[in-house]
Amino acid sequence: MPERPPETALVGDFETPDEQIVEESIEGGLLGQSAEIRVGAVAAGGEGRRRGPGLGLGAWLAIGWMVFIVLIAVLAKTGILTWGDAEESFGRCARKGPLADEGSASGFLLGCDSNGRDMIPRLALGAWTSMLVATGAIVVGFVIGGFLGLLAGYFGGKETRFGAVIVGALVGAVFGLIIGGVFFAVLIGLGDNLAGVLGVLFGALAGGFAGYRRGDLDVYLTGVFNVMLSVPAIVLALSLTAFLLGSADEAASGGGLPPELVLIIAIGVVSIPLVGRISRASALSWAQRDFVLAARAQGAKNGRIMVKELLPNVLPAMFSISLLGIAIAIVAEGTLAILGVGVRPPTPSWGNIIALDRGNLFKSPHIVFEASLLIFLTVLALNFLGDVVRSRFDVREGGI
Amino acid sequence: MAGTGTAHLRDDGALLRVEDLVVEFPARDGLKVHAVSGISLDILEGETMGLVGESGCGKSTTGRAIVQLPPPVSGSVRLDGTELTALSGETLRKLRPRMQMIFQDPISSLNPRRRVRDIVSEGLDIWKIGDKASRVKKVEEVLETVGIDPANAGRRPHEFSGGQCQRISIARALATEPKLIICDEPVSALDVSVQAQIINLLQDMHHAYGLTLVFIAHDLAVVKNVSDRIVVMYLGKMCEVGDPDAIYNQPSHPYTAALLAAIPEPDPGVRPDPEKVLGGEIPSPLKPPSGCRFRTRCPKAQEQCAHAEPTVREIGANHYVACHFPLAEGEELDFAQVGVGAHIGYDDENDDLA
Amino acid sequence: MSDTDAPGITNTSTAAGGGGPATDGRLLTVTDVKTHFQTDRGLVRAVDGVSFTLDRGDTLGIVGESGCGKTVLSRSIMGLLPKRGLVREGSIVLEGTELIDLSPKEMREYWGAQMSMIFQDPMTSLNPVMKIGNQINESIRQHLDVSKDFATELATNLLGSVRIPEPEARLKEYPHQLSGGMRQRVCIAVALACGPKLLFADEPTTALDVTVQAQVLDLMATQQRERFMAMVLITHDLGVVAGRADEIAVMYAGRVVEKSPAEELFSNMKMPYTEALLSSIPKLGDATHTRLATIPGRPPDLVNPPKGCKFAPRCAYAQERCLEEEPPLVEVTPGHEYRCWFPVGTPEGVEALERNKREGTVAAASLTRGA
Repeated sequence: MPERPPETALVGDFETPDEQIVEESIEGGLLGQSAEIRVGAVAAGGEGRRRGPGLGLGAWLAIGWMVFIVLIAVLAKTGILTWGDAEESFGRCARKGPLADEGSASGFLLGCDSNGRDMIPRLALGAWTSMLVATGAIVVGFVIGGFLGLLAGYFGGKETRFGAVIVGALVGAVFGLIIGGVFFAVLIGLGDNLAGVLGVLFGALAGGFAGYRRGDLDVYLTGVFNVMLSVPAIVLALSLTAFLLGSADEAASGGGLPPELVLIIAIGVVSIPLVGRISRASALSWAQRDFVLAARAQGAKNGRIMVKELLPNVLPAMFSISLLGIAIAIVAEGTLAILGVGVRPPTPSWGNIIALDRGNLFKSPHIVFEASLLIFLTVLALNFLGDVVRSRFDVREGGI
Repeated sequence: MAGTGTAHLRDDGALLRVEDLVVEFPARDGLKVHAVSGISLDILEGETMGLVGESGCGKSTTGRAIVQLPPPVSGSVRLDGTELTALSGETLRKLRPRMQMIFQDPISSLNPRRRVRDIVSEGLDIWKIGDKASRVKKVEEVLETVGIDPANAGRRPHEFSGGQCQRISIARALATEPKLIICDEPVSALDVSVQAQIINLLQDMHHAYGLTLVFIAHDLAVVKNVSDRIVVMYLGKMCEVGDPDAIYNQPSHPYTAALLAAIPEPDPGVRPDPEKVLGGEIPSPLKPPSGCRFRTRCPKAQEQCAHAEPTVREIGANHYVACHFPLAEGEELDFAQVGVGAHIGYDDENDDLA
Repeated sequence: MSDTDAPGITNTSTAAGGGGPATDGRLLTVTDVKTHFQTDRGLVRAVDGVSFTLDRGDTLGIVGESGCGKTVLSRSIMGLLPKRGLVREGSIVLEGTELIDLSPKEMREYWGAQMSMIFQDPMTSLNPVMKIGNQINESIRQHLDVSKDFATELATNLLGSVRIPEPEARLKEYPHQLSGGMRQRVCIAVALACGPKLLFADEPTTALDVTVQAQVLDLMATQQRERFMAMVLITHDLGVVAGRADEIAVMYAGRVVEKSPAEELFSNMKMPYTEALLSSIPKLGDATHTRLATIPGRPPDLVNPPKGCKFAPRCAYAQERCLEEEPPLVEVTPGHEYRCWFPVGTPEGVEALERNKREGTVAAASLTRGA
């Protein structure tokens, strides 16, 4: 069956001013302006919708690049193909640029870093670390932030004492862990574990209480998001990382959490309010639609409505944002590496490759340049894919 | 004018009986939107009740309040003897399959990400009515009845036209075999020729399934075509109730007369008369006028109208009106002038309509 | 000049395609205007050969459902369509000047000053973050070289003329502070600010309540009289045009299928489409539960329109011929044109209808699928 023929035409009347008049009237206005105009607008590209058959060349290039990077990363990590040893140091190669042919297994096509380590295996292994951290962080943000945002958007304006208390306690606990833990550990000097527990307890109590008082889940969650966002992201990530990594002695003795996991948690937590706001906005606008009311009229419970009605509509937007988010997270990992936290050498990540040798920018620019180029291309590809995903899903839903 | 009252309610055997329904929404500055302020109506089984009025009159809100979405602030809604407003969340939820809704915007009322067969079978799935096979069969059957080829049930809403989407909505409402269906402006967003198809379809369904309908619309001609009984609403109150022909042939409420006079007739001989055009603006539901809410635009408004709200009373066979000075037979009104009771304690021009 | 020229047309107002526009005293002469859009799916023939003329002080009503091309037509004449993928042909002559080839820059001289437009949704037609006064002034200052104070005074008078109470206060308000009817009045004021000779009203009252609709239409009629303005009233509502238009053109699938003076159209309609449209509207005078006559099927695909008459697949009168040949526009009585092989009320038409009823099918039944 062809696309929807131009049939619906008119705008009905509006009801009480309290309802979401603006959205309805805009939609109605578009319907009312009749399909002919929209045909024209689409043809003119005015609405920015691409309807070309298949994906464009750019999209295929981007996908190709991402596949390439992931492949390299997996091969390097699993040791199947490393093109040399990432950690072995060749003293003779110190400070040589690319194409230096000093006779070693890989030929040092991309040169080596200031410690004499071969760039190629380092970059390959670094790809693994960076992609793992970035993707893991975004998954955390997506799952937790997305879920919270969905709740906030759906329950916006409704009184849900019970839900608010539970969510309040949970979020408060996490928040308490971060802020409170640092507070107790640093300022009062309690042991890390005790500080952590106390932080969680205080946080949960405060959060639950706030949820109870407020009653409105949406207002509460938005407030939490706002507080989290008002702390500069770097500071938040740094303090989390520092706290979770523990003291230097612990790390040296092999204790504490693996740095990759720490980074995932840190960047993930920072991305929760960002993703949460977007999923909340999306959920909020979808929750106004008649089909949600229709589902409730059928007797569907809240959970079912959120999963079956809202989620499938919110997911596409979230997914495209996530692709962009991974790009941002890669850069974030780099920033944290430069600030001195994160994955410890000799384990390479794109971020710490740059961080280690940024002092040698003038003598051996190739080190920083190579890693930066890889980051640049990956971020570009992800941005592009995020856009493509978004416009693809927009087209399908609207239609003429 | 516009008022409240229950004189027009019939015996207790009605399928749906609504008494003194009040719905208010909180607005800014502690003010409230008085969307519905004391509506009463009853519908016998198999009847179609038409709610007609312009925007802001509260007809859609009434429809939703009847099915408790959201529940009204006060008032009684009895469906088949059960008082809906007194039910707890879970008990109310269990009754939902018996009362369904059809919405105005055919596109917005279907989930764009779900397939039509899942949308239509939603009610059956939630309540696990029948086994998988019988549900599939029911969906096919009901789609066929509304004129959608069941072979297309696997498609998504955006592949259908507006009229077809509305049919799918109707199919969804019919799937659980409800007793009552609230039709909230079901044809307002459709093209003229499609409107006729959907109106006919609703009539057919009405007969085939023995449905009881509440038909909400702003188009008096459409409402008159489908209804057995009409309630004319204005700013949350009832103006006139009764038999559609009686109301059309002999409107006794000034607002009904204005409404009828404003409807453009497809007859070039009938040139619109500026005197019959209702003047002024609808007052804000945040601060509705005292007494009769229509008095600010009514040529017959007297002092009494500002102080006392009229109640519904009988003025003919199956014909009720809420007005202190209903129109006499053949009386014509000049809306260019409002009555003395129009502006008492109420300043039209400083009214903020935000 | 294809099928709009048929033997029997006594209407001499159509200008020749080339050789300079006709200056026979008419305000607007539209000749065989086509507006196509180049899309991925193909060429969408939104408007496919429309001609009409209009004088000052007259009202032309264009009636049709969505997809018939009425909105595209009005915007095409105004020159408001986006350029990409747009193909326009034909001739649009306003007071002696050919408009179809003008650039947007040149058209800007005309917008507001010579011809104006009012749109359907007053909510989205006004800039929500701009005060009303500024929106009106913008148009005035664009075309008339006047001071700000004078423009404001003019704006105040305008608002007063569209019967908005307390105009001075309104100038300082934002659109959301007004009701729908008032907003539409402001739109009318904006459109009329520089005294255009021609006004396009594209479904101006569809989004409004019926009592407000009557007010706004009255207002437009008054303004038109006072300014001796020509108006093109575009709507789907036959009731609206019946009372307010001098001449009515019914459009279907990008073409005018019937055009006649208002009274003549209703008393002597010829197109089965017009007849079907009229009978599918519920009328107040009907008894309750009257079954409405419906038009089966759906409007045609504008990319691949059917051969022959575009309405034939849905027409109760359709015969074989209708599927093969497209009927030309013919004139029955002076001023009444239509496009049909078996028109309503004629012997051929009656016979065709009877034949279809007897056989129980419409000639194009195989092409029809219920909507």
